[in-house]
Amino acid sequence: MDFLMSAGALRSSRWLTLHAILVFAFLYLPIAVLIVYSFNGPGVGGFPPRDLTLDWYRTLFADGAIWESVGNSLLVAACAVAIALGLGIPAALALDRAQFPGKAVFRRLVLLPLILPGIITGLSLLMLFNEGHIKLSLLTIVLGHGTALISVATTEVFAGLQKLDRAQEEASLDLGANYWQTFLRITLPNLKLSIIGAALLIFTLSMDEIAVSFFLIGRNNTLPLEIWGRLRRGITPEINAISTIIFVFSLTAITLWYRLRKAEGTTEVAAELIDTAG
Amino acid sequence: MLTKDQSESTASGTLDSAALLDIRKVAKTFGQSVVLREISLKVAEGEFLTILGESGSGKTTLLRIIAGFESATSGEVCMKGERLDLLPPYKRRVNTVFQHYALFPHLTVEQNVGYGLRVEKQAESEITARVEQALARVKMTAHAKAKPSKISGGQQQRVALARALVKRPQLLLLDEPLSALDANLRRQMQVELKSLQREVGIAFVFVTHDQEEAMVMSDRIALLRMGELEQVASPRDIYSRPATAYTAQFIGHTNLLQTVAQGGIVRCNSLSWPAPIPDGPALRSLRPENIKVAGSSGSQDAVRFRGKLQHRAFHGSTELLQIECADGLSFSVRAPARSDWQGELEFEFDPADAVAVRESAERP
Amino acid sequence: MFTRAYRTVITMPPLLWVSLFLLAPYLLMFCYSFWSLSASQTIVHSWSLENYRQLLSVEVYWQTLLRSMWIAARVMLFSLLLGYPLAYFLSFRAAARKDLFYQLVIIPLWVSYLVRAYAWKTILGSDGVLNTLLQYAHLTSHPLDFLLYSPFAVVLTLTHIYTPFTFLPIYASLEHIPRNLVEASHDLGASPAQTFWRVIFPLSIPGVLAGATFAFVLSLGDFLAPLLLGGPSGIMISNIVVSLFGAAYNWPLGAAISFCMLVLVVSLLFFSERLEKKWIFS
Repeated sequence: MDFLMSAGALRSSRWLTLHAILVFAFLYLPIAVLIVYSFNGPGVGGFPPRDLTLDWYRTLFADGAIWESVGNSLLVAACAVAIALGLGIPAALALDRAQFPGKAVFRRLVLLPLILPGIITGLSLLMLFNEGHIKLSLLTIVLGHGTALISVATTEVFAGLQKLDRAQEEASLDLGANYWQTFLRITLPNLKLSIIGAALLIFTLSMDEIAVSFFLIGRNNTLPLEIWGRLRRGITPEINAISTIIFVFSLTAITLWYRLRKAEGTTEVAAELIDTAG
Repeated sequence: MLTKDQSESTASGTLDSAALLDIRKVAKTFGQSVVLREISLKVAEGEFLTILGESGSGKTTLLRIIAGFESATSGEVCMKGERLDLLPPYKRRVNTVFQHYALFPHLTVEQNVGYGLRVEKQAESEITARVEQALARVKMTAHAKAKPSKISGGQQQRVALARALVKRPQLLLLDEPLSALDANLRRQMQVELKSLQREVGIAFVFVTHDQEEAMVMSDRIALLRMGELEQVASPRDIYSRPATAYTAQFIGHTNLLQTVAQGGIVRCNSLSWPAPIPDGPALRSLRPENIKVAGSSGSQDAVRFRGKLQHRAFHGSTELLQIECADGLSFSVRAPARSDWQGELEFEFDPADAVAVRESAERP
Repeated sequence: MFTRAYRTVITMPPLLWVSLFLLAPYLLMFCYSFWSLSASQTIVHSWSLENYRQLLSVEVYWQTLLRSMWIAARVMLFSLLLGYPLAYFLSFRAAARKDLFYQLVIIPLWVSYLVRAYAWKTILGSDGVLNTLLQYAHLTSHPLDFLLYSPFAVVLTLTHIYTPFTFLPIYASLEHIPRNLVEASHDLGASPAQTFWRVIFPLSIPGVLAGATFAFVLSLGDFLAPLLLGGPSGIMISNIVVSLFGAAYNWPLGAAISFCMLVLVVSLLFFSERLEKKWIFS
């Protein structure tokens, strides 16, 4: 709005701007510190940073255990994407279009892991595997991630479905295609962006996931758990290095995801969260 | 309500200097596009002025500048001699009825109407009394406790009106308030709004793209085209004496004739009539209802022609006939609805009804 | 529009999966909470209310729960105080840069929790960045103890993590407010401040409630930040549960506490939703 504001309103604008700057500083400070100190010779802590070096990165790259856990994480994330999408897409379709008994309960149940603390999801699954005498391993982690992340897939695809023009599907049926053909030729292509965006998000969240994984871990570590293990033993600046790398990857993934959603026209995650998670 | 004197002086579009609102050379540019070009317009106390124009003509922008939601790129707006455009919107004695009503969804009808009084920190008893009065005036007393989502569009529109009027502004702005209503309700509201305006005596500046609406309601019409004023006049004047071809075509139907005057005779293809005017070409506007089917008792001065009926459009009480003449001229003629109009017919019109109009300037 | 076959195919698989991996585990957890531990450290399927009795009587559980709720409440409050003005700024004052700022806010949200918590650990430690900076600038002469291994560190870290979480729903509800309402308010004589309190804030309440609930619930159940940064005084209820499933090995008791947390969280969500509905006006 272009209109004139009184002096008081202009003053409040300045305070708001200042507040925004401070909050952004607060949000990015730890990340900035992490990145800067990953190049810091003497390691973590101490001020000011000096002796810029790539040593910690070199140590990191030589660290076999870390890379093994990265491999595990990638595998788990890929499987989690498959499960979450494989169940999340039908779930979104069901919520958007079908009427069935218990729909309201189903909706809440699917979306619950989004807002429930990870410990509850993790522990309840642990008890399930225990009763079922299933040994903890990467598989159990995959099952945990997949289950928890169905909610993300559902939310994203649901948003995409809302933007879908129903008339296109009706036109397809009118022209003689049956429901399956319509789904494959019309619905799915229109959901392409939503699905890719969801996959990107699920992959990133799975790579970072620790709360649920904590309880379902077997002998093989995922990356966050490997880092966690190291942290228990004491801080090494290697961790800064790997954290910086994680940050760069997350940043890329999320920027991509955001661009995709913009192209699709749905940039608000939260809107659906309020409507559907509630 | 204008006095007879005021009506006459406004006939030509000008006003004496005691105007309520004085818009002086207001221009507005958004980035690269020029939306308003040096508009100068005066609004008199108590008059109903309509700013009429197509979408993109700049009419809404002009209204928003008066209200204070946009600031002009150049020019001034004065109210009763004092600069209005230097004030923020919440300090102006101007209120607006928004196109989509903009009622506050979390407040009841009553609370909506009382909002403007509450922010002025008026006494509660005073507020209650004035709100009641305002609601009664727009006939919404029964719905005082309802929320906006529970009442119809037409009812919301009345509440928006009450909310603005209860503040007793010096000027009321209405931004296409009837555009969302269906045709019958719209016609009803036009009449109600007009009588309401006479009742409260406040100047109304009404924005619309509907020329019929403008003619029904206004004391004066300001026709805006591509950011410039084409003509400012009373509805009757703007209709019978349009200044430009655009005005003649935008308001009502018309026939545009390319004529040339030479040696006291005006010619248009095979038609001609005497007129004591200097030589030269002129574009003339002739309204369809001024062309009559020739009867036996036609006046001597009437211009006659024959034409073949190509097409008819039935409008209930009248018909619009499309006529092609042998010399290539085509006319629209408004005639009483009769089933036996057909073939070749003879028509006549009074040459005084063929009014000369300017070509409208081309815009980049 | 949809045939039975179509409807079955899209509802059955997710329904089955969710029943098996979400519903069944919660029910199982409920059952576990009534079971007990035998002398030989195996889980016995004998049904009793013993665990709940313990829960109610042992003081440390109560105290920890209350402390957790107090920490969660502070996190909720601070993230609202940080998040709301930020959301307002983006929605109403940022104009052309709105998009860029929005991206800037959500990026930290998706960067690993662990990474961010760890970063605070390196900042707040006695050899950490903050302490050495303060000493370097001669503002303090020795490291400040309370910065790390304290409830302060937990609240700070969790506020950092959850501020974007509260921002999102508030921003969404602010964006949903039609701008012509703001113009109407100004038109009727209300200053920007009056407009905010009378029009904008009331209409943003659903977003505030959603954001507050997220922050509170997720903080309450958090166990990682306390483990990394909380020290002995910053232990939260989830840490107790974690140890019961770990070294202290008492699954049934842990299940009982977890189940209580589940019930508490679901109730909070339920009430929050009811409250939100009262404040939604379309």
